[in-house]
Amino acid sequence: MSRKIAPYLLLIPTFLVIGLFIYWPAVYSFNLSFHRRTPFGNRMIFVGWKNFIRLFEWSEYTNTVVVTVSYVALSVSITVILSLLLAMLLNQKIPGVRLYRTFIFAPYAISPAIAGVLWSFLLNPVVGHVNYFLTKTFGLQVEWLTTKPYAFYSIVFATVWKMMPFDVIFYLAGLQSIPDELLESSIIDGASLWKRIRHIIVPLLSPITFYLVIMNIITTMFAAFAIIDVMTKGGPANSTTTMIYRLYLDAFAFQKTGIAAAESVVLFLIMSVVTIFYFLLVEKRVHYQ
Amino acid sequence: MKMSTKRRINTILSEIILILISFIVMMPVILAITMSLQHPTEVFSYPPKLFPSSFYLGNFPKALQTVNLGRLLLNSLIVAVMITIGKMITGVFAGYAFANFRFKGKRIAFAALFITLFLPAETVMILPLFLIMKKFGWVNTYWALTIPFMASATNTFLMRQHLLTIPKELEEAAMIDGAGPMRYLWRILIPLSLPILAGMSLVNFVYAWNMYLWPLIVTMSDEMKTVQIGVKMLIDAESANNWGIIMAGTLIALAPTLLLFFTVQNLFVKSLVRTGIKG
Repeated sequence: MSRKIAPYLLLIPTFLVIGLFIYWPAVYSFNLSFHRRTPFGNRMIFVGWKNFIRLFEWSEYTNTVVVTVSYVALSVSITVILSLLLAMLLNQKIPGVRLYRTFIFAPYAISPAIAGVLWSFLLNPVVGHVNYFLTKTFGLQVEWLTTKPYAFYSIVFATVWKMMPFDVIFYLAGLQSIPDELLESSIIDGASLWKRIRHIIVPLLSPITFYLVIMNIITTMFAAFAIIDVMTKGGPANSTTTMIYRLYLDAFAFQKTGIAAAESVVLFLIMSVVTIFYFLLVEKRVHYQ
Repeated sequence: MKMSTKRRINTILSEIILILISFIVMMPVILAITMSLQHPTEVFSYPPKLFPSSFYLGNFPKALQTVNLGRLLLNSLIVAVMITIGKMITGVFAGYAFANFRFKGKRIAFAALFITLFLPAETVMILPLFLIMKKFGWVNTYWALTIPFMASATNTFLMRQHLLTIPKELEEAAMIDGAGPMRYLWRILIPLSLPILAGMSLVNFVYAWNMYLWPLIVTMSDEMKTVQIGVKMLIDAESANNWGIIMAGTLIALAPTLLLFFTVQNLFVKSLVRTGIKG
């Protein structure tokens, strides 16, 4: 094979796949979002921006946006803060630390769907242990997955549990690259520990934090679909219906092709903003190796 | 002296906190094991048990029957292996093209690939992708589950980045010896890249194994579903009756990736940090 044609041949498989399964659907999606299916035929009529206007006048969809923003903001901030503290604990040279790491990293290898099943079990009002514990200690009996606002908290728990190892792994890698003298921290030395965190650790790790926040936003926007589908199916009363769940319902349960395509386009625009933001802010500054 | 007492207290405190947190994090898995080993008559016993008191194994075969988990595991394995192999081949080829060749249109090709980072096909574009699968007649086949995910910008960029670190003199020497570009890739570059390739494969494998939304949509018949959909089918079928069966099925479903992770944890962690691909 000559060096002239080699690169083109080498690129064919990649571009075949992304052309057929990324570019084409993207264009298709934009196209569909400006059309509406006729009630009886398979004919598509051009409707301009109507799908988008209907989408944002539809209170159920704007409610979905609010749910998504609160779910993403809550899960991501809890995960990032807990992960940093946990990574600091795990960065110490103390006996057994490798074992603790193994256990704490474990949920990384567990899928979102399985995380959803495990938490459905723990939060189940009859067989679950969380309610048993709450009843015994506080006399509380909560229907976690089927009442507002507990269903929302339930998916946040499962999401934080599933997402945390990823963040801890990155923070730990970041901490290991900071010289030991700067880190010398001690739990019992409360005041100076807090100062170290605020003035040394947080600023030094800020590029990693940026990266993690962006990755966590993407995870909670999309991959967490499985957690929601297994635990609450978007209920009760849509209180856990995020944008991706709404898209799934409109596209596949209710067959609203035009509206669903408009929802895809909205998600795509959000993705673009997040990704551009990531490359502007993070990529230039973070060097993991 | 004072310092060392302080340090000792600190160590003990850290140990206690870490043991507690490890326990809390592993709690769902521990309790799943406990529940899976309980006899159907004990499942609703109150208070719920923390550790198994009996060692009943009957829930495992029942879970395998209820949703045909064996078949679903096989499907997940086929899908994850096919996606991993596909992604590695396309990624190595494209990365090699970008790292080692000058050619017309290189910058455009690079930008075209870069844009795909905005467009995760398996989530944002499920609807148009599904309609395309319908046109191809691929709905409910392995093709639909695997082919659309066999190339990714991330793998290509990683491979390119890695190949750029290999000295150019090596390539010149190989060319003088009369080796063509494919021979150089196969004989020199790949053997030099094995640890990176292994790490990338692992991360890709777990990613593919864990896919949920796309298999949910594109598979129709029960024998084409993957194990991730299987656990959801189990919970829908059994949540009113026997959580022992659900947890047995869940443990079967999570065992492959969890055991894989436990055995090669270091490789996982290293390649995860290197790649930054979200699993």
